[in-house]
Amino acid sequence: MQNDTRFGLDRKTQLLGPVQLDSGVEFAPVDFAYETYGTLNADKSNAILICHALTGDQYVASNHPVTGKAGWWTRMVGPGKPIDPARHCIISINVLGSCMGSSGPASIDPATAAPYAMGFPVITIADMVRAQALLLNHLGIETLEAVVGGSMGGMQALSWAALYQERVRSAVIIASTARHSAQNIAFHEVGRQAIMADPRWNNGAYYGHEAPAAGLAVARMAAHITYLSEAGLTEKFGRRLQNRDAKSFGFDADFQVESYLRHQGLSFVDRFDANSYLYITRAMDYFDLAEPHDGVLAKAFAGTKTRFCLISFDSDWLYPTAESRRIVHALNAAGAAASFVELSSPFGHDAFLLEAPEMNRIVDGFLRAGESR
Amino acid sequence: MTALRSDLAIIAREVRANARILDVGCGDGLLMAALRDSKDADARGLELDARDVATAVARGLSVVQGDADTDLADYPDGSFDYAILSQTLQTTKRPDLVLDHLVRIGRQAFVSFPNFAQWRMRLAHMFGGRMPVTEQLPHRWYDTPNIHHVTIDDFRSFLAERDIRIEGQWFLSGDKPRNERLANLLAEHAVFLLRRD
Repeated sequence: MQNDTRFGLDRKTQLLGPVQLDSGVEFAPVDFAYETYGTLNADKSNAILICHALTGDQYVASNHPVTGKAGWWTRMVGPGKPIDPARHCIISINVLGSCMGSSGPASIDPATAAPYAMGFPVITIADMVRAQALLLNHLGIETLEAVVGGSMGGMQALSWAALYQERVRSAVIIASTARHSAQNIAFHEVGRQAIMADPRWNNGAYYGHEAPAAGLAVARMAAHITYLSEAGLTEKFGRRLQNRDAKSFGFDADFQVESYLRHQGLSFVDRFDANSYLYITRAMDYFDLAEPHDGVLAKAFAGTKTRFCLISFDSDWLYPTAESRRIVHALNAAGAAASFVELSSPFGHDAFLLEAPEMNRIVDGFLRAGESR
Repeated sequence: MTALRSDLAIIAREVRANARILDVGCGDGLLMAALRDSKDADARGLELDARDVATAVARGLSVVQGDADTDLADYPDGSFDYAILSQTLQTTKRPDLVLDHLVRIGRQAFVSFPNFAQWRMRLAHMFGGRMPVTEQLPHRWYDTPNIHHVTIDDFRSFLAERDIRIEGQWFLSGDKPRNERLANLLAEHAVFLLRRD
C-alpha cells in the first residue's frame, strides 16, 4: 500500500460516476478531495470513515492548508486516540457540495468550463453518502469497520447505516439528529438570507469577483451562536466590554461577545465558499431519515446488523438529547444493537469537538468491542 | 472478574445459552458481561445513570441510557428471550407498568427485589418505630431510591391478579439460598422467573 497513490494525505481524484441524486439529476463526473491515515489491513476490515460537519473538511487530523490550524478532530483521531492510525485505516472525504476540493458550486462545470455556481444541483445528505460510497469503491473498500461523525457527520453516519446496511459494521453518531427541526431550518434560513441579501452574491455568480463576504460572515455569526450554550457564553464573556472601560454609545463591538462573533464571521469567509454554505445547509434542512419510510424512523433500520453508538450533550440545544433519544427508540424498535449516553458539558453543540474524556472512553470501548468480534 | 451479587448469580446460572436478553437497570453491565462471556448471550441494557452507561459501553456492551418508567414502550413484544429487572423494581415510579412491559418484551422475565417483610424489617418497624435501615436496604427514609417497597407475598398476589405465571423462584438470606417455606418472613431477597400466560 506504500506505493498506492490512492492513499495518503491531501489526495484528489475524479471519478466518472454518476451519482444518482435525490433530485433526479445524474451528477458526473465527481471530484473528490480526501485524506487517509493508517494502513488498510490484508482483509480490509479496519477502515473507518470519518464524516465532517457543515463547515468541516477532510483535514481531520492534519493541518488545514488555508488556516494552518491543526486538524479539527485531533482529540479523537491520531496516535493513541480512540481512532488510531496504528490500528485503523482512517478515511475522511470533503463532502459533495463543499469547497475544499470535492465537487461543489465553486467547481468548474465541464459542460460550460465555468464554475457551476447556482447551476450546481441541489444535494441531500444521502447524496453526499452515495458519493462517498463511490470513492470507497475506488479505494477497494467494501465494508467499513465504522462510520463516525458528529453533527452533520452524524447525519451521514446514520444515512450510511440506512442506505448501505451491509457495508457498515458500526456507526458512531455524536451530537446529531435524524431530522432537521423547524428551529434548525429557521436558523439556516437566516444564514442563507444573509448571504443572498449581500449585493455581491449576484445570484451566486460572484466567482472571479468579490465574494459576498459580509453576508457569509453574518450567516456564520448567527450559526455560531447555536453551537454554544447560554451558560458557556455567559462564562466566557458575560457582559464584559471589549478593550474599553465604558460603553461607546455607538455601534462598535462594545461587548466582548460581539467582538468574538465578528472575528468568527470574518475568519470564516477566508476558508469557505458562500454558495457551498447555501447548498450544504439546504441538504441538512432536507434531512429527515424517516421520510422515505412513511415517517417511521424504525423502518430505516429494519433488519440492520450494524452496531450503533450515540452520544449527546446536555447543553446542546441545536440537536438536543431528545433527538438522539428518538433515534435510540427507533433502533430499539428495530432490534438493533444500540448504545446511547447523554454526557454533561457546558459547551453546547461544540462539545463534541472539544476535550471530552468520557466521549473518548465510550468511543474507544465501543470500537474495540466491534474489533474483537 | 468480580463475583456476581447472589441474585445475579442465580439469574446468570438459569439463563439459557445463546439467549437474547434485555437487562433493565443494568448498572455498569456486570451481569450482561457475565452472560455474554459465560452464556454467549446477545445482551442489551437500559440504565439511568450516565456514568454507569459510559462504563458499560466502554466494556463493549450495548447499553442505552434511559428510564424503565418511560423507555420500555418501544421494544417490540417478545423481542427478547429474557427481560431482566434486578433490584430495580422498588425504585420505579410505576412498578406495575414496568412489570407489564417486562413480561411483554421478554418471553420470560427475571425479577429480583429485596423483601420488605423479612423479620429484621418487621422488628425495626414494630419495635424501633422507625423506617428500617439494614445491610440490604442501607438508605434512610429521605435519601432512599427505593420508593415502592414490596414483600414476597405482595408480589405473588400482584402476579396472580395479572395472570403472570411463576416459572421459577429463589430466595436468599445474605448469599445463602433459603427454601420457599416462610420465605416472606425469612428471606432477604427473592428472584422470580415469570411468564405471561
